[in-house]
Amino acid sequence: MTGPTTKPVVILGGGSDIGLAIAHRFAQAGNPIILAARNVERLETNRSDIALRHNVDVTLTEFDVLQTGTMAAFADGIEPAPSVVISVIGAMGEQSDNEKDPDAAAVVMRSNYEGPALMLGIFAERMAAAGQGVLVGVSSVAGDRGRATNYVYGSAKAGFTAFLSGLRNRLAKQGVHVVTVKPGFVATRMTEGMDLPKALTAAPEEVAEKTFQAVERQRDVIYVRPVWWLIMRIIRAIPERIFKKMSL
Amino acid sequence: MMRTSELMGWGRYPRRPGPLAAPRTVAEACDLAKLQGVVARGNGRAYGDSAMGAAATIDMRGLNRMIAFDPETGQLEAEAGVILGDVIDAFLPRGWFPYVTPGTKFVSLGGAIAADVHGKNHHCDGSFGSFVDWIDVIGADGQITRASRDQNPDLFSWTIGGMGLTGVILRAAIRLRPVQSTWIKQQTIVTPNLSSAMAAFEAAQDATYSVAWIDCLATGADLGRSLVMLGEHATDSDLPHQHRLHPFKTPDKSKKSVPFDAPSAALNSLTVKAFNALYWRKGKRAAGETFVDWDSYFYPLDGILGWNKIYGRRGFMQYQCVLPLSTSEAGLTEILTETARTGQGSFLAVLKRFGTQESRFSFPMEGYTLALDFPANARTLGLLDKLDAITVAHGGRVYLAKDARMAATTLHSADPRATTFTKMRHDTGLHDQFASAQSERLLL
Repeated sequence: MTGPTTKPVVILGGGSDIGLAIAHRFAQAGNPIILAARNVERLETNRSDIALRHNVDVTLTEFDVLQTGTMAAFADGIEPAPSVVISVIGAMGEQSDNEKDPDAAAVVMRSNYEGPALMLGIFAERMAAAGQGVLVGVSSVAGDRGRATNYVYGSAKAGFTAFLSGLRNRLAKQGVHVVTVKPGFVATRMTEGMDLPKALTAAPEEVAEKTFQAVERQRDVIYVRPVWWLIMRIIRAIPERIFKKMSL
Repeated sequence: MMRTSELMGWGRYPRRPGPLAAPRTVAEACDLAKLQGVVARGNGRAYGDSAMGAAATIDMRGLNRMIAFDPETGQLEAEAGVILGDVIDAFLPRGWFPYVTPGTKFVSLGGAIAADVHGKNHHCDGSFGSFVDWIDVIGADGQITRASRDQNPDLFSWTIGGMGLTGVILRAAIRLRPVQSTWIKQQTIVTPNLSSAMAAFEAAQDATYSVAWIDCLATGADLGRSLVMLGEHATDSDLPHQHRLHPFKTPDKSKKSVPFDAPSAALNSLTVKAFNALYWRKGKRAAGETFVDWDSYFYPLDGILGWNKIYGRRGFMQYQCVLPLSTSEAGLTEILTETARTGQGSFLAVLKRFGTQESRFSFPMEGYTLALDFPANARTLGLLDKLDAITVAHGGRVYLAKDARMAATTLHSADPRATTFTKMRHDTGLHDQFASAQSERLLL
């Protein structure tokens, strides 16, 4: 992407702390913004704030990632077609609930993998036909290896990461770029009160800046804090025979 | 969510741990306002203990969204946690600037209203409150009340300059001024002593902005020697050709910062003397007309992030008083003489002419205001008590947004409005609800 365009940047899950921070960053560069989220009316003050601070158009669109049947119509409703679509959608749930309650686990799996992958897939078709566009999936380091403490969430993110990788491979020759963002720990409403190590924890604005740069520089896969790349390399390198006995 | 934090003002004195809650939603802020003994805190630019809650403190920085802007009237609606610098960043490129700005752009709108801050244009435009159209205030019951000059006028007039003691300021509508460029046309006048500095202010009543840096270490015949700086927003036709093409472009500057507490010895009477002498010489050379970018003109200290750390870990105290016109020269002479005599030396001393102001509890009154800063130590505390006495004897008063140590008796004898303010707080039940370390100290 070079410079601001009049084509909108769509942010799926635009009401989250990371989603709003990304919206501010792309708006700052002069892009019109579409925030797509559930109960989107609650974001009216955020809408006005982004629009006033950056002097761009910001619109709100109702979007529920679990309603897969309405996704094609949702994509068709965005006029003009977006230059960039970013999915920030994710739901951690409680691992203990996810273990016992298949319905709870299904929501986590669908919110982190099925929904975002299908939605980006629909946009991918349209972008491939137009020969241009950028798709960004915010996945997670939790998808790099399943661990006892969060494997339901992690496995869904692993699926999403693999989906993005395949999509990138397929679309590389068709002018459509796919970016995978792995944030690591982020200080948000979702993690408030958790005791997170400072050096490994990014602010939402940092995720936004790195995401923006990744789009600008056509990066493929980024870890928001590079130390996470190293950590996950080490975690992946541990033999399963040892790994299964560890608590990480 | 409530957590315990070490609370302090910009002067880093006093400090004390206390519960701090940072609401993310309006509903959370309303719930927090119902706790007893709370006060709202903006961006922590009050120098002393104004924004340290008696029992708990509400950090309003999370409620920082801009709501609406009307280009017909220049009215901006925003939440109280919005920082003035963000308003400038958003609107100066579109030709708007705050009508009134204090010496730092890092104040929140809520803080600016609570302290009814003033700027270099007070003599012609009045204080920040003059350009507030309405405010939304969360009361003791957690309900939001809109107040303006017509609607709930009592709440409006008590809240502007009310130091957060009438409720939690949640939103406000403020006016911005249309400007033609980001540049200020500055004129510097060198004045050899206090009376000529005051004469320069009196002669410059038509200037939009006026302020003086005063060499507070000069004594004898040089007492009060100053650089009086006048400013106007540069119009298109004022601008030199290199700026005319891009009147709203701000030059890039590197930000300097003070990364750690300086050892206390770094700022002693010798370094202060050297700084003041250098500033004087530099200023004299710059006498005459120059074009200055808005950031350097209004916020010279903001360019050095964390400048409050140069006084070391023990912190510092600001002293700002205002004296009525008739006693200004005599009172200022006494204050400057006393300051120079102790050799405490203020790093920065700023003199400013105020215009008239009628308000219920705001600081400004017609006359001259002097701001000084000193390291926080026992000697300073002794000096400031003496300065209080001089101020009170001359019918003046002290700025609460900078105060960290004044005695309640000083405030109530200097300013009969304080007693009325306290009575109002008792009568309306606000007294037990909203309280800061400062309001407890000053029996407000």
